[in-house]
Amino acid sequence: MADLIIIGSGPAGLSAGITAAECGLSVLILDEYLKPGGRLLGQLYEEPGGKWWNGIEETRKLEKRAAALDLDIRLGTAVSNIEKEDGLWHVYTDRETFTAPSLLLATGAAESPVAIPGWTLPGVMSVGAAQVMTNVHRVKPGSRGVIIGVSVLSSAIAMELNIAGIDVAAIALPKMNEVNKDGANPAGVMDSLLHVSHMAPSKFVQFGSKLMQNDFMKKLGITFYPKGGVKMWGIPVMLRKAVIEICGTEQVEGVILATVTTNGQVVPGSEQRIDADFVCIAGGLYPLAELIGLTGCPFHHIDELGGYVPLHNEQMETPVDGLYVAGNITGIEGAKVAMSQGVAAALSIARNFGRQGLDDILREAVEYVGETRRKAHIQFHPEVAEGRRKMQQYWEEYEAAQERIAPEEPVVEKEVLQGV
Amino acid sequence: MTERILDHSVLGKLDTSPKVSFLFNGKEYEGIENEPIAAALLANGVRTLRRHEESGSPRGIYCNIGHCFECRVTVDGVQGMRACLTPVKDGMVVTGGGQLDAPVRDWRKNNG
Repeated sequence: MADLIIIGSGPAGLSAGITAAECGLSVLILDEYLKPGGRLLGQLYEEPGGKWWNGIEETRKLEKRAAALDLDIRLGTAVSNIEKEDGLWHVYTDRETFTAPSLLLATGAAESPVAIPGWTLPGVMSVGAAQVMTNVHRVKPGSRGVIIGVSVLSSAIAMELNIAGIDVAAIALPKMNEVNKDGANPAGVMDSLLHVSHMAPSKFVQFGSKLMQNDFMKKLGITFYPKGGVKMWGIPVMLRKAVIEICGTEQVEGVILATVTTNGQVVPGSEQRIDADFVCIAGGLYPLAELIGLTGCPFHHIDELGGYVPLHNEQMETPVDGLYVAGNITGIEGAKVAMSQGVAAALSIARNFGRQGLDDILREAVEYVGETRRKAHIQFHPEVAEGRRKMQQYWEEYEAAQERIAPEEPVVEKEVLQGV
Repeated sequence: MTERILDHSVLGKLDTSPKVSFLFNGKEYEGIENEPIAAALLANGVRTLRRHEESGSPRGIYCNIGHCFECRVTVDGVQGMRACLTPVKDGMVVTGGGQLDAPVRDWRKNNG
C-alpha cells in the first residue's frame, strides 16, 4: 500500500509526486492518458525575452526526476470510483483497486463546449484537441481551420497551429443564443482581451488598449473594430463576426460567418460562407471536479477560477481528512502555478504524515505559489487573484463554523461508549 | 486532407518508427506504434470513427483527451474504448459503431 495516491500526472500531479517522494513517502500516480504530462504536453509559446516554453520538454524534465525517485506511475488507468473506509481511500480503476491513507486529486480542467448548428460533424473539435493533435501527436487536424471563440487560449493555440504550418482562416465569435452569452458578446470579449493586451502581438491592439481605459472608449473601439478583423500572426481575429453554422454532410466543409452588432446580434443579410476542413471550438476551461464530487468535499462556484471549485486552503488541504487538491481542479491557471501548487500539496501531506521540520519550507512553498501567479505570462482570468481571495474567505468561514459546531469533547459519543 | 507534421520549427523532427498495421472497419491502415488510434486514423485522412447510435449521423473526435467519449470504438472485441486514449498496436482490429434499431421510436412514428 502506498502512503499517497495522486490522480492525474499533469504538471501538478507530477510535481507533487516528486516532492512527496523526496520527503520519503511512497507514491502511486494514476492517469488515464497514454503519456504523463497532462495539459502541459500541448503547451508551446514564446516567453518575453524570446525563450520558448515547450510543454513536451518540461514534461520530460519532470519525468526524469520522477524516474530517478522510482515513482510508480500507472498510465492508461481510468479511475471510476473513490470510497473512504476506516481512514483509508479506496481508488477503483478499470484495472485494480488501490488503497492509501492520503489522496491528492490533480485532475486538471476540461473544455466547455459551445453549441453551434453542425458542431457534431467530424472535423469539429475542441481547440485543445487540435493543440494535442498538432503538438503531441504531430498530425494536422486539417489543412484550413476556423476557430470559434476569441480568448487568450484560442489565440495562443491559433499561433501554435500557425507554427506547424496549418492555415487558420479566421478566429471569430460563436453565434449568440441561450447558451452562448458571454463568449458571443463583442464588447465583453474585447473587455476580457484588453486585460492581456500586453501580450498582444499586434501594434493595433497594443495601441488600442491604451486608448480604451474607460468604458466609453471601449464601446467606441468595438464599434469601429474592423469588420475584416485585426490580423494576429497573419490570422484575422474577428470580433464583429460570428459563426452561425458549421456546414458539411459527412464532415466539415465550411462555416457561415455573419456580421454581429456590438452586443452580438446577427445583422441579417451579412452571411457569407468560407471554406474550411476543420473547426475548433474554444469555450474556455473549467475545473474537472467529478471525482472529488464523490468524496463529499464541499464546493463553491467562483467565476474567476472557472467554475465549481472544491473548498481548500493555501496548503492545498480540503475539509475532508486525508484529501488534498492541486492544479487546475482548484481554478484555471497556467502550468507553472499548477507545479508550485503540487509542491505545496506534497509538503502538506508529508507534514500531516508526521515528517518533522517542514513548516518553514511549506510556508515558503505557499508564498511561491502566489509569486508564480503574480509573474504569470498568461492569465486565463484577469481577476484570478480575487478568485483565490474568495476561496480563502470561504475556507475561513468554514473553519469558524466548524469551531462553533464542534464542542471540545465529543460528548455524545462518550455517553454512548459508556452505555456500551 | 490531413498529414503528419514531420518537421516542426520548434519541436524538431518526428520519429515515425516503429510502424504498425491495423484494421479499421475491415480496411488496413498504417500507424506509428503506441500513438492513439484516433491520431493514426486522422493521419490516414479518416475523421469518422462511428455513427450515432440513434440518428446515424457521423461522429469523430471532439475533446481528444478522454472526456467526451465521442470517439468510442470497439478494439479487439472490447466495446466503448476511447480512440483518443488507446495506443495503436500491430494487428489491432478496430471497428466503429453504427446506427442501432430504435423500435420504440419507430413504432411511435407510425402509431403515435
